[in-house]
Formats: sequence, structure tokens, C-alpha cells
Amino acid sequence: MTNFPWLTVIGLIPLIGAAVVAGLPVGLTDRAKHVALGFSLVTLVFGIAAALQFENGSTAQFQLTEQHEWIPQFGVSYALGVDGIALVMILMALVLTPICILAAWHDVPEGGKREKNYFALMLVLVTFMVGVFAATDVFLFYVFFEAMLIPVYFLIGSFGGSRRQYAAVKFLLFSLAGGLVMLVGVIALYHYGPGGSDGFLVSKLTGLHLGATPERLMFVAFFIAFAVKAPMWPVHTWLPDAATEARPATAVLLVGVLDKVGTYGMIRFCLQLFPEASKWATPVVLVLAVISILYGALLAIGQTDIMRLIAYTSVSHFGFIVLGIFALTTTGGAGSTLYMLNHGFSTAALFLIGAMLVARRGSKRIPDFGGWQRVTPGLAGVFLVAGLSGLALPGLSSFISEIMVLVGTFQRYPAAAVIATAGIVLAALYILLMFKRMMTGPKPELDAPVRDITLREKLVVAPLIAAFLVLGFYPKPALDMLNPAVSKTLHFVGVTDPAPTSAADGSTK
Amino acid sequence: MPAMTVLSTPMLATAFKAADVDYGAIAPMLIVIAGAMLGVLVEAFAPRRLRHTIQVSLALVSLVAAFVVLVTVSTQQAHRGGTLAQAVIIDGPALFLQGAILAMAALGILTMAEKFGGQGADAFTPMGAAVPGSPHEAAALRAGMATSEVFPLTLFSVVGMLLFPAAGDLLTMFVALEVLSLPLYLLCGLARRRRLLSQEASLKYFLLGAFSSAFFLFGAALLYGYAGSLYLADIATAVTAANGALEGLLLPGVLLVLIGLLFKVGAVPFHSWTPDVYQGAPTPVTGFMAACTKVAAFGAILRVVYVGVEANRWDWRGGVIAVAALTMVVGAVLSVTQTDVKRLLAYSSIAHAGFILVAVLSFDKTGVSGTMFYLVAYGFMTIAGFAVVSLVRQGGSEASHLSQWAGLGRNHPVVAGVFAFLLLAFAGIPLTSGFAAKYAAFSPAISFGGRSGVALVIIGVICSVITAFVYVRLIVLMYFTDPPAGEAVVAETASPFTTIAITIGTLVTLVLGVLPSQTLDLAERSSQFLVR
Repeated sequence: MTNFPWLTVIGLIPLIGAAVVAGLPVGLTDRAKHVALGFSLVTLVFGIAAALQFENGSTAQFQLTEQHEWIPQFGVSYALGVDGIALVMILMALVLTPICILAAWHDVPEGGKREKNYFALMLVLVTFMVGVFAATDVFLFYVFFEAMLIPVYFLIGSFGGSRRQYAAVKFLLFSLAGGLVMLVGVIALYHYGPGGSDGFLVSKLTGLHLGATPERLMFVAFFIAFAVKAPMWPVHTWLPDAATEARPATAVLLVGVLDKVGTYGMIRFCLQLFPEASKWATPVVLVLAVISILYGALLAIGQTDIMRLIAYTSVSHFGFIVLGIFALTTTGGAGSTLYMLNHGFSTAALFLIGAMLVARRGSKRIPDFGGWQRVTPGLAGVFLVAGLSGLALPGLSSFISEIMVLVGTFQRYPAAAVIATAGIVLAALYILLMFKRMMTGPKPELDAPVRDITLREKLVVAPLIAAFLVLGFYPKPALDMLNPAVSKTLHFVGVTDPAPTSAADGSTK
Repeated sequence: MPAMTVLSTPMLATAFKAADVDYGAIAPMLIVIAGAMLGVLVEAFAPRRLRHTIQVSLALVSLVAAFVVLVTVSTQQAHRGGTLAQAVIIDGPALFLQGAILAMAALGILTMAEKFGGQGADAFTPMGAAVPGSPHEAAALRAGMATSEVFPLTLFSVVGMLLFPAAGDLLTMFVALEVLSLPLYLLCGLARRRRLLSQEASLKYFLLGAFSSAFFLFGAALLYGYAGSLYLADIATAVTAANGALEGLLLPGVLLVLIGLLFKVGAVPFHSWTPDVYQGAPTPVTGFMAACTKVAAFGAILRVVYVGVEANRWDWRGGVIAVAALTMVVGAVLSVTQTDVKRLLAYSSIAHAGFILVAVLSFDKTGVSGTMFYLVAYGFMTIAGFAVVSLVRQGGSEASHLSQWAGLGRNHPVVAGVFAFLLLAFAGIPLTSGFAAKYAAFSPAISFGGRSGVALVIIGVICSVITAFVYVRLIVLMYFTDPPAGEAVVAETASPFTTIAITIGTLVTLVLGVLPSQTLDLAERSSQFLVR
């Protein structure tokens, strides 16, 4: 089975699923979500099977590789492959997809063609998500990176809330602007690379001697695109709008998975292809990351819209991830990549449980709740767990990654790490204040009785909470996958971890 | 005086000698001319009720036959090179662009033939000479008249387009320019609805077109004075030699010729006709004109620039760079404020002309192939796009105001879906031909265009974002906005003709986006100009 095209198959199954869902005959229209769920589960099974083929100790950078000529005139290959980071991201996407489909079960109550389109678009998105993480050809990555925007655009614009048009267009324009800036970098990169019919392979473009100015310019071109995507301050403004107007399931895929493409791109392309420029840009990037952490957290505290609040917490969390990446230490890198995984699950839980509460109350405004734990104690409980994971409570998954990021950053940039630590305190504030305002207090007067968490909702929440606990207490399998990839990337950058100075000082005394 | 040798050679042919004619090489043009002539006879002698059918079949048959012959000719090296005393040069770029023009013209004819169940072609007035709204016009309509002469006119125009990128000297180029333009002026004035707008467009196009032709001719005259010959090959030789006192003629000559050509592609500041003409002309004519004229005119620009005056490009390059930058910026920015679909597409075509100029200005073989690929990609999506525009109606006439497109996606998912896909291609989203084309155009500019090339690409990228906003807004209108109250906007059920045209245009847009390597390879192999 070594030559089995695992990644192509994983990408193809949801695409076929999308075609099947979109083409369901009229009589079977109400089965669209069942078919979509089925296809997403099959994809997950194949994803797990692929992960079992993956060897953590391999010396090659990419495994499960495939390579075919695509547009030789441009130097473009259809080249797929994964390292530990990419595989973990793909698996996270594949786990989140069935959860999202289940959560989106009643998103299109009118059914019919619209419902088919909704689930078909979600499955198309999965194909692009797999492709973007699996591409080992810069051009192919760019194609997925841009093409991905279209299904999200329609998911927000067609199915979102009242200001969906504004949010969809804003999202698309921010991303397109970033992406097209990157296109200039992509073209220039090929020009500086070895060229030829496969000149866009990451492996061919790694370790080039570019000269300081072109390398810096290309780094900036790539970084802007990824910063918009991630999203970092000051180009984050599209995210709160998109997150609150999109359906919660879309918001999860958008914030939980798609935004990771930004940080993933920083690791795979900015660091690996432009190591010198990355070191050159580090001070600025760290400042932006720290600003993102504090700014996102402060604005989260001030929000009255649950979904916007969660979106701003993500801005803060992405700040941590970028901080860890550009600290250029193995601990920081591993922490960041693990954070990318954990953030996917904890944001998913916050968005989806938040949406369940919103659906019951009929309002997204936090002040409209109050005393809600007396109405739906079950939901309040899981919401608290999700929130605690968001604020990185020890024992839940985000804690480990956040600590690793801070420790890793402190090794090289103590000042940045110290300031960023304030983000942890602020995180406790925004989560606990939200919980207090929504859940505690006297029981609200309600016109009709409200159901507590249903079986379907339990099925949505259970895997997420399981993920918190597993990754919180036993992150070793994930870290084993991520660590070799992180050290390879740092090897490309050409940095080694700083010696633990204080210990060394102690021994000489 | 060393320049005299250059001057004298082509001038002093001793005795008149009939030019050798390679009939194989010019067979495609001859076939289309023959089709056009026959069309004139049909117009004179065939009974009125049969004319539409005969004309459409005749036009399609001659275009397809010309295409088949062209493909055959292109496989034989013997037919390459100059013929008709070097007035026509059949080389890779000429063959590639001629093939593209023939294929797009066939699609154009298909869209023009749309009747929507009426008597004649739906887009065209029953009688061009009748005063709009007059009893005369109504009588013509009652009598079942139809302007089926549009088909031979189109063929005549195609002849000019075929000759334009293959012209070996400036006079032939001028003749081609006129042959392609005059029928277009007429076609623009023949719209069935909004006749005054159409006639205004026709007049405007004619006047400004005549003006630009004069520029071209004046430039050609100056270049003749400079080089002593109208052949591009001789001009190229003269440019490389010092020319003493006549040196001052070169730069004005080049610039005036380029102005004449840039007018045809709608480059800023020679673009002011584009929106009015695109809006006023019958929609299928707009599509045909936008696609095929652009291909032909860029073919001519490529030949003049790469064969004729490439050697002194450092003198005139700056001006064209400024034109390219302006074209992209003005086209993109002004498209934002448009409220009419046809005007919007007109401004977008201006912006696209700017993107193509970026490729032209890279002065490399890959720039030639990039330009040609872009032209093919743009041509097919444009024809399909305007064909879709011609389908969307309110109360029988075209619903070209943007507000009328609101909610089209709900009622007509297929039409709206195709149009949305084409818009994404215009915007240059990956997996559509627009993206591959943009890459093919921008990549040589970065690799070979130097600093100005990089600057142009950056401007191009920013303008792409602006135009993307415009297209995306249209998609928002179609899909995310509720239809307006009042009479419903409907997409007419197209005849097989239009359906085929839209299908082919859309498929080409998809295929060139997903698997562009065949066409890129062809463009690359066809990118070598022959001097004679």
C-alpha cells in the first residue's frame, strides 16, 4: 500500500460526496445531510488510515508523497505530501467536518435545493482544506489557498445572518488582496528558483541563496497573505464580521481550520523558504503577535455579541501561535503547532455550544441571557468546559500548548513572553465574565419551556470535550508527530535552541 | 551616407515582377472572403424567409472550413514565411491568433444567430436605415424584414482581423485595420432595441476610429520617411543603423502607429469609445468585438513592437509603460462605479487590455506566448459572458441595469451559475482560465521586464483586487439579494446556437484553468516571429 495515493483519495472523497449531494434526486433531497455526514465519516476513516502509514522517525521531510506533472510550462507539479504538522492539520479538519455537519443539521430548515447546496459546499471546502495542507508545490498551494475562498464566500453570503453580504464581501476582499500580493511573491520565487518543469516544488525552492533584498520582499509578500488569513492585528477586522454572520458550522471551519492555513503557511513557506528574511523580520512579527494577543483579548472583553467575542479570542490565540512560531525555538514551535490543533477544537466547542445557546434564546447578545444555567444546566456545563479550555486551564488541552509557547519564547525573547503572559489573565477575564453574564443570576422569565442539550448536540460536543481531555493529559502522540517537523523547519532556518543560561550560570558558580 | 543603402534596396526594384503567392498560406483568409462575397449574393438573390438560415450556415461553414485549412497549413513548414511580396507573414503568432479569431468568430456568429422564436436575429433591427420609432420601422418589422447582412459583414470584419496580425508591412496593416473596422462600425448601429443609443455608439466609434486610423497612417508615413520602406523588417534594420538627420522621425512615427493600435484595444487614454460602444452595440456584436478585435489588435501590436521597432524600445517604452499602468488603474477604478452590466464589462475589458500590455512589455518570447494565451482565455470568457447578458431580459428587452440582476440566482440557477463562474474567471480566481492567463502574463513581466515589469505587476495585482470587488458585487447581487418587486427578470430559454456558444466558452474557461498545459505549449511553440 506504499504507492496508494492516500492524500488524493482523501481529497477526492468529499468532492465526490459534494457532487452526489448536489445531484440528489428530488425524492431524496431531505437525505442531503445524511449523505454528507456519511461521506465526511468515510473521509475521516481514510484520513486515520493514512495517518497509520505515517512514520514519525522518517528522515524525509514529506511522506505519503505523490507527484505528477501539471503545468510544466509554469513549472507546476501536482505534488502532495505531508509532514507531521500538515498531517495533524488535515486530521483536525477531517474530525471537525462530521462534527460541523452534525451541528449544522437544522441550519437550512426550508430544505430543498438550498440545503443540498449548503452541504455540498461544505464538502467541497473539505477537499480544498486537505489540498492546501497537503500541497508540496508552492503554486498548487496557492491554487488551493485562493480557490478555498469561493465555497466559504458562498457559505457566508448565501446562508449567513442579516449582514451576510457585507461580511462575505469583506472576507473575500481581504483574503483576495492578501492572496494577490502573495501571487507576486510566488511568481518572483519561481524566477529566483532553479526553474524547469518542476521548479515550484517546495524541495526545489528550499535553501536558495536569494540575496537579502529579494528574499525580504518575497517574505513580506507571503507574510501579508498569511497574516490576513491568520488573522493578525491590524488585518484581522474581517474575522469578527465573518464569524458572527456565518452559520456556526461555517465559522468553525473558517476560524478553526482555514485560518490555520495562515500560521501553517508561515511555518512551511515563510520560515522554510526565506530563513534569513524570517530572522530579519522577527522583531516586527513578534511585536504584531503581542499586540494581537492583548488587543484581541481586550476587545473580547468588551464584546456583547457571543460570536464576535469568540472571534476576538481567536485573534488573541493566533497571536500566541505566531509568537511561538517566530520565537524560533523547538519548544515554541512545537507549542504553536500543538496550539493550532487545540485551538481548532476549543474554538469549535465555543462556537457550536454558543450557537446552541443562541438558537434557544433567539439572540446573540450576551445581556439577553443571564441566569441561563438554571434553564439549560447541561449546556451551561459544557459551555463552561469549552470556555475553560479556551482560557487554557491546566488539564485541558490549550494549557500545555500555551505554556510551551511562552516557555519557548522566553528562551529567546523574554520581554515578549512576559508581556504575552498578560494575555492569559485577560483570557480568564473574557471567558469568565461572559460565563458570569450569561449563566449566573436569577432565572429568566421565558414564554415557552426550553429544552436542554439534545442527543444530537451531545454527539456534537462529546468528541470535542474528549479531545480537550486527551490532548490535555496525554499530548504525546500529537507531539511525537509535530516535533520532528518542527525541528526540520528550524534546521532549515538554521537556528539552534539557546542554551538554558540560568542553569549554566548556576553550574559555574 | 550609410543610411542610403537601407533606403535604396526595397525602393529601386528594377522591373515590375508579379509577387509570388503562397495560396496555401492565405487560404483561410480567402475562404472567409469567399464566404462573405457569397453572403452578399445571398442577400441579393435568396428569398427573404430563407436568408437567415442560409447566411448563418454559410458563415459557420466558411469559418469552420477556414479553421480546418488553417490547422492543416500550420502543420506544414513550407507555408511558413512571407508571401504576397512579404505583405503577409505567416508565422507562429499569426497562425495561433488567426486560429483563435476563427474559433471565437464562429462562437460570435452562433450568438448573433439567436432568434428567440422571432423572425430574424433577435439582437438586430429589422431595418438599419429606418428612423428609430418611425412608422417606417414598424412597417419593416411587419413586412418580416431582417438585417441578415450582419453575417457577411461579420465575415468581412473577420478577414481584416485575420490579416491584421499577419501583416508584414504597415500599409497592409492599415488596410487590414480598415477592413476589420468598417463592418464593425455598421454592426454597432444595428441594435433592435435602444436604437438611438446604438446609432450614437456607431457614430462615435466611427469618428474616433477614423481619427485613430489617421494617427496610424501618419505614423506609418513618418516611419516610411525614416526607413524608406513600409516593411517592418526594413524598419527594424533601419532602426539598428544610425540614420543621421532622419533620426527625429523615428520616435514620433512609432508613437503614432502605437496610438492607432492602442485605440483598437481600448487602452487608456484612447479608451473613451469603449464603454459607449460596448453598451450601445447589439450584445452579441459587443461580445464578438471585445474578443476578436482585441486578439487581432494585440497581434498587430506584438508584430510592430517585436518585429519592427524592438531595437529602439528604450526610447518609446516609457510611454507604453505609462499607458499600461493607466489602462489598468482607470479600467479597474471606473468599473467600480458602473451600474450597467455592459458598461461594467467594457471597463473590465479596458483593465484586461492593461494586463495584456504588461505581458507585451516584457520583451521576451514568453511574453508573446503569455499575451497569446491571455487573449484566448479572455476571448472565450468574454463571448460567453456577453451571450449570457443577452439572455437576461425584463419585458422583452435586455435587463442590463445592475439592479435588474438582483436575485437572478434564485430563479435561474444555471444561467446565474455560469455567469458567476465567468465572473470569477474575469477576476482571475485559480482553477479558471483567468488565473492561468494572469499568471502567464505577469510571470514574463517579472522575469524579463526589469523594475518596471515588477512595478506593473504590482499595479496589476492591486487592480485585480479592485476588479474582483466589482465582479464579486455582481455575484452578491445575483445570489444574496432578493429580486426587486415589479416585472420579473427572466433568463430567456436560449436556442441551441447560443447554448452551444455559452457552453463552449465556459468549458474553454474551465479547461484552460484546470489543464492549461496543452494550450500553453501550443502558444509557446507558436511564439517565434518570422521577419520575412
